[in-house]
Amino acid sequence: MGSLLVYVESSEGQFTTGSLGVAAKAAALAGELSTSVTAVVVGPGASERAATLGSHGVGRVLAVDGARGDEPSATEVADAVVAAVRAESPLLVMANASVLGAEVAGLVAGRLGLGIATDAVDASISDGSVIVTKPAFDDSVWVECGWAGEGETAGVALFRAGSFSADPVNGATAEVVGIEPEGSERHVEFLGRAESTDEGVDITQADVLVGAGRGLGGPDQFGVVESLAQALGGAVATTRAVVDAGWYDYSTQVGQTGKTVAPKLYIAAGISGAIQHKIGMQSSGTIVAINKDANAPIFEYADFGVVGDLFEVLPKLEQAIRESS
Amino acid sequence: MKIAVCVKEVPDAGASRRHDPAADHRLVRDGDPALNPFDAHAIEAALQHAEGADGVTVTAVCMGPASAQRSVQKALALGADDAVLISDDALAGSDVLGTARVLAAAIERGGYDLVLMGQQSADGECWVLPGVVAALLGWPVLTQAASLSIEDGSVRIDRQAEAGYEKVGASLPAIVSVSDAINEPRYPSLKAIMGAKRKPLEQLDLAALDLPAGSVGQDGARSIVRSVGDPPPQPGGTVIEDDGSAADRIVEFLRERNLV
Ligand SMILES: Cc1cc2nc3c(=O)[nH]c(=O)nc-3n(C[C@H](O)[C@H](O)[C@H](O)COP(=O)(O)OP(=O)(O)OC[C@H]3O[C@@H](n4cnc5c(N)ncnc54)[C@H](O)[C@@H]3O)c2cc1C
Repeated sequence: MGSLLVYVESSEGQFTTGSLGVAAKAAALAGELSTSVTAVVVGPGASERAATLGSHGVGRVLAVDGARGDEPSATEVADAVVAAVRAESPLLVMANASVLGAEVAGLVAGRLGLGIATDAVDASISDGSVIVTKPAFDDSVWVECGWAGEGETAGVALFRAGSFSADPVNGATAEVVGIEPEGSERHVEFLGRAESTDEGVDITQADVLVGAGRGLGGPDQFGVVESLAQALGGAVATTRAVVDAGWYDYSTQVGQTGKTVAPKLYIAAGISGAIQHKIGMQSSGTIVAINKDANAPIFEYADFGVVGDLFEVLPKLEQAIRESS
Repeated sequence: MKIAVCVKEVPDAGASRRHDPAADHRLVRDGDPALNPFDAHAIEAALQHAEGADGVTVTAVCMGPASAQRSVQKALALGADDAVLISDDALAGSDVLGTARVLAAAIERGGYDLVLMGQQSADGECWVLPGVVAALLGWPVLTQAASLSIEDGSVRIDRQAEAGYEKVGASLPAIVSVSDAINEPRYPSLKAIMGAKRKPLEQLDLAALDLPAGSVGQDGARSIVRSVGDPPPQPGGTVIEDDGSAADRIVEFLRERNLV
């Protein structure tokens, strides 16, 4: 029987926790199926650290050392995964839905003509094959997905970031085999990463966060959230929409490509509550949301929601809090 | 330079949601379908490039039922020069791979230099499509662009990844998806809405794309929905409408939880 093939992503010389979580999940499934897990790793120094993947349940690693840039690009990784699929005929290809992981999964599915199940949050065995569970429509329904692949490899499963724990399961070492995949004719080039812009406030340490989304309307409107955060002894957190638009610093961003936070209290103001934001703050003790759209997904997981204008509600809230303390 | 922007019609995000076991497990929403809001940013990015350079055309490319014409008209009203709508009964039930095959065939046929897409589809929670289409064309793919520059036959983007902002680039032709904060999409004027009706809209069926039967639609689907059900129960929160007293109600709630 074929193995389960996992793309374990490297970033800044380390394997990412999201992709290690997928490897751990694959190991649990492989145990049930009496098969094994093979990982693909790509990047500078990848083969050197590859043996440690044994402790995450990986049996064999196919490694491509080095990359054209400082980090491997999507096309380079896809070349490696495609070569691994051709050599190993795995049952299934599994990856974490990071920005790079999603590009790789798409490229691999397209090149090999495989079905792809996206945004999966769990996987299990049904009648001897792997199936995945995925929420749909802002998590309001749950769907079970499988594949109808014609060859030995059923398809590609892409998992929502943070779906699985990445704790090492044992101290085993994996067998590492170097591979040299055939290169794509046309590549994506990794051109570099921006300097970190951390401004000193570590939002992961705050007990209270006032989350500010695009509903703030512009970079000069943040006074209301800043002074509320101050009244609560907390800090301001943001969404990607706010940061990509240049309204606030990246170091304050919560979510899949920002920070993961778990304050005692998270007050979301003008935030729609997209899944990529939710991933970063769903473990908060209490979530309060203020949004003028009653259908905003944030209300599906807020403990207390107010349908209203944040510019009306927040100043009064700040005043009430200052008066009560 | 020819730019194509892939657009999709999606159910209205504001409407109630349900799944219809009678309709072959297909997920349906009430309310009128509309242009995927994320795609408006891709159209805007294309228009901004076209306005700053000579000889750039922008074509909206859509796969969908005949009714998706409404969303294609919206793309034209926003400023696309023309549009291609691929509609065929045989396309119903297409999965990501099938959809990508159709779009790739339409892109090949149109001979574009750059294809833009939105960051994701609002109804599918899916942002892998650019990669699948790129693979079928043998093109590079760059996703989630927070900024975009097109120069000398190549494209570079800044984008946020898990380890922070990074720059990636590729030579053209390429596929690029853009973040929903890359720009502020314009509102079409009444004149633009009226004018859109006169812009060329080419309707294609499967035969025009020369795709083998069975490679798309329900028959070609390689990822399949086995069952649809309710999510695990979540302890529902309280939601109130602000009548002027919301701030006090929040404080009351926080006090019950010893948070103030
Ligand atoms: C691969 C990937 C990774 C991503 N990573 C992240 C991430 O790490 N973090 C993240 O946050 N997002 C991330 N996103 C983006 C995410 O999908 C959303 O686009 C983003 O979270 C939206 O931010 P927002 O809620 O601020 O904006 P919007 O979705 O535009 O919501 C703004 C909300 O404000 C409300 N509003 C407007 N005016 C008012 C007012 N006066 N009073 C009250 N409410 C008002 C509106 O009703 C609306 O609900 C990612 C996306 C992708 C595809």
